[in-house]
Amino acid sequence: MSALSIINARIIDPTSGYDGGGTLLCEDGIISKFGPDVTAKGEIIDADGLICAPGLIDMRVSTGEPGRENRETIATAAQAAVAGGVTSIVIMPETNPVIDDMSLVDFIHRRGEEASVNVYAAGALSKNLDGKTLTEIGLMSEAGAVMFSNGAQPIADSRIMRRLLSYSASFNALIANRAMDPSLSAGSVAHESDFSSRLGLTGAPAAAERIMAERDVALAELTGGRLLIDMISSAEALQVVRRAKSRDIEIACSVSINHLALNEVDIGDYRTFAKLDPPLREERDRLALLSGVNDGTIDVIVSAHDPRPAGEKRLPFAEAGAGAVGLEVLLSAALSQVADEKLDLVAALAAMTCNPATLLGLESGRIAEGAPADLILIDPHAPWVCDSDKLLSRSKNTPFDGRRMTGRAVKTICGGKVVFG
Amino acid sequence: MCSMSYAKSIIDDIFGGIRPAARALERSASTIQGWYEAGTIPQKHWVDVTRVAKDFGHHLTPDDFYPAKTPATSSFGYPFEKLHCLSIDDFQRPDIETLLTLGEHYLDLNVQKSPDRSVLKGKTLVNLFFENSTRTEKSFEVAGKRLGADVISMQVASSSVKKGETLLDTATTLNAMNPDLLVVRHGSSGAPALLAQKVSCSVINAGDGMHEHPTQALLDVLTLRQAFATHGGDGQIDGLRIAICGDILHSRVARSNVKLLNMLGAEVRLVGPPTLIPTDADRWGADVFHDMKTGLTGCDVIMMLRLQMERMSGAFVPSKREYFHFHGLDRAKLGYAKDGAFVMHPGPMNRGVEISSDVADDPDVSLITQQVETGVAMRMGILHALSEAQDKQMDRKL
Repeated sequence: MSALSIINARIIDPTSGYDGGGTLLCEDGIISKFGPDVTAKGEIIDADGLICAPGLIDMRVSTGEPGRENRETIATAAQAAVAGGVTSIVIMPETNPVIDDMSLVDFIHRRGEEASVNVYAAGALSKNLDGKTLTEIGLMSEAGAVMFSNGAQPIADSRIMRRLLSYSASFNALIANRAMDPSLSAGSVAHESDFSSRLGLTGAPAAAERIMAERDVALAELTGGRLLIDMISSAEALQVVRRAKSRDIEIACSVSINHLALNEVDIGDYRTFAKLDPPLREERDRLALLSGVNDGTIDVIVSAHDPRPAGEKRLPFAEAGAGAVGLEVLLSAALSQVADEKLDLVAALAAMTCNPATLLGLESGRIAEGAPADLILIDPHAPWVCDSDKLLSRSKNTPFDGRRMTGRAVKTICGGKVVFG
Repeated sequence: MCSMSYAKSIIDDIFGGIRPAARALERSASTIQGWYEAGTIPQKHWVDVTRVAKDFGHHLTPDDFYPAKTPATSSFGYPFEKLHCLSIDDFQRPDIETLLTLGEHYLDLNVQKSPDRSVLKGKTLVNLFFENSTRTEKSFEVAGKRLGADVISMQVASSSVKKGETLLDTATTLNAMNPDLLVVRHGSSGAPALLAQKVSCSVINAGDGMHEHPTQALLDVLTLRQAFATHGGDGQIDGLRIAICGDILHSRVARSNVKLLNMLGAEVRLVGPPTLIPTDADRWGADVFHDMKTGLTGCDVIMMLRLQMERMSGAFVPSKREYFHFHGLDRAKLGYAKDGAFVMHPGPMNRGVEISSDVADDPDVSLITQQVETGVAMRMGILHALSEAQDKQMDRKL
């Protein structure tokens, strides 16, 4: 029987709201006891007052495996994850071939067994992400797919989306759809505003996001399917979610850490490393999204990890690929917002631990007796500077390069084993 | 303006007019009239004129027969130190004055045709055009050659880019040629700025996507200064009401002009159908109008823009006919502007779509021909200023 004790920790469990000093004891990869009066045994880690929280669950990670291993493999993504305090990752289906049947779900799981974090697969919503043909959602769910997504492209056809939501309801499968009206945002590379039009960049209006969010809320209400509005970026879409939740429609919504930490001004001088999908929007949108996390309207914060080699980024802005790596900066960028008093610590942790766990049906993401010992030690005040060259991810495309950050994970424990720090 | 007419001052000030000069020099009045109008005196007559002028108590030197010396590349005591010309934002007001002064200097045909070829001597100018262009490319080519540079034109639109070469691969290839000045036109906004980070020479933006076309804005302003100076004004842009009309959304010329005209103190208006006006353009420091009548009221200058059919991926206006009816410039709409207002167009024109031929071709109102003429001079001025800034930087390094 292997035992591990973390002593002198400030234990925070966002699920129960527990926040107190003490010792946490793990046995055989399971949290067996925690609290002020627990006696330490086995290997002892002295947290010296640092925060002990559940390991993060990142619901939106893209890798290049299979198909584009030059971007990232599951193994390199796992290294980046543990360095950022992430202990569970959900791999998006936009691979080559697309994760649209059981065998590919199985492939991801087998590759994940060798990794130091828990690896889950998201199945594709449509065959080869064509947006038209339903995939075997039931069989993939049985094979272990934790959610379903159409990748960067939304299901444009309302009739198909309706069927997906109503068919998947019988398996209680979580359907993630991007909030983006494809024709209104066609050809766009930035947020539509005074700023982008001065730069001569074609922009997507926030209304494109709102329209799709409204449609999906209406379809979720119609069908009773489980909907996740994937990565909202505007105050308008947040309003849609807020209204839907006030009417007790069971939907969830996520936001990427980039949209909580950056705004459209970060693309100034055509910085393609800040070219994202959805695009970075205005400061008022960023502030609205932060308040959305604090009041619980936004359920989940994701890293939107999307590794791209320099060759895809060092192009004229309109031609460059969108996306940024995020596994290593997810926690730190969130803690920096906490340090700026824009984000509530417990709300932020909940959006990266217990909320995604509940949506995905995972045991992890909480500190409770019997829960998996996926834990992180956080120094919420540690200052550091993000240096893209030092990232462990295979691709180094981060918009945070050179930024001052406050707070980081100093130790990551997955399944009762120390995997980082 | 002094450089344009040294013959005038010699004839008037020394001899007391055309007829007295003709008598003193023993030539026909029509010959002297010719010099007077051209502003210059042919070289074979210099000895005669100098000799006779001595009798009138004036000592002329060969310098008096040359146009004014090239102006210094500084204004108000600020030296011009910019290495690139990517956007109007790159420049401060004194830089703009320096560029316009140099442009004006090269506007003198005598200077332009026999300029100081040592300005760009030993320098290489590369024209890198990812989009087809005739007038801009040729105008840079002529400007570079007149100042003594070696000029290479690369039509990239049809070559290696199709084979998958990226912009930065092209930059590496170019670096191997050691150019000093690189003129770039590209279909993507920001592409010249990206190149400027990767090449070791001065980069001049000759139009990037829907972003900027700074040399066009400079030549437009130089044209305006000339026009208002010859029509009795002081040639200042300050206080003029200028309407930029038509397809603002896709226009890089409009973006550069709004910035430059604002900097020079003009009241800028944007006039066009709502689908062709960019989001929040009223925050650019310009008033937005959707109706030509109210938009043109009281304007001193009307800048028409080309309806850019090739950039229109969707339906922006229902038809050319409807566009011309509401937004094309004809005599009737010109009547809304101030009497004596000037009309400009960066070319190439869609006649009968955004402008009617009789307005475009009317020499009393149209500055369109002058814009093309000014193009070469302004670009000579820009090349001159950038080249001197390079040399100064090199000197400092040594």
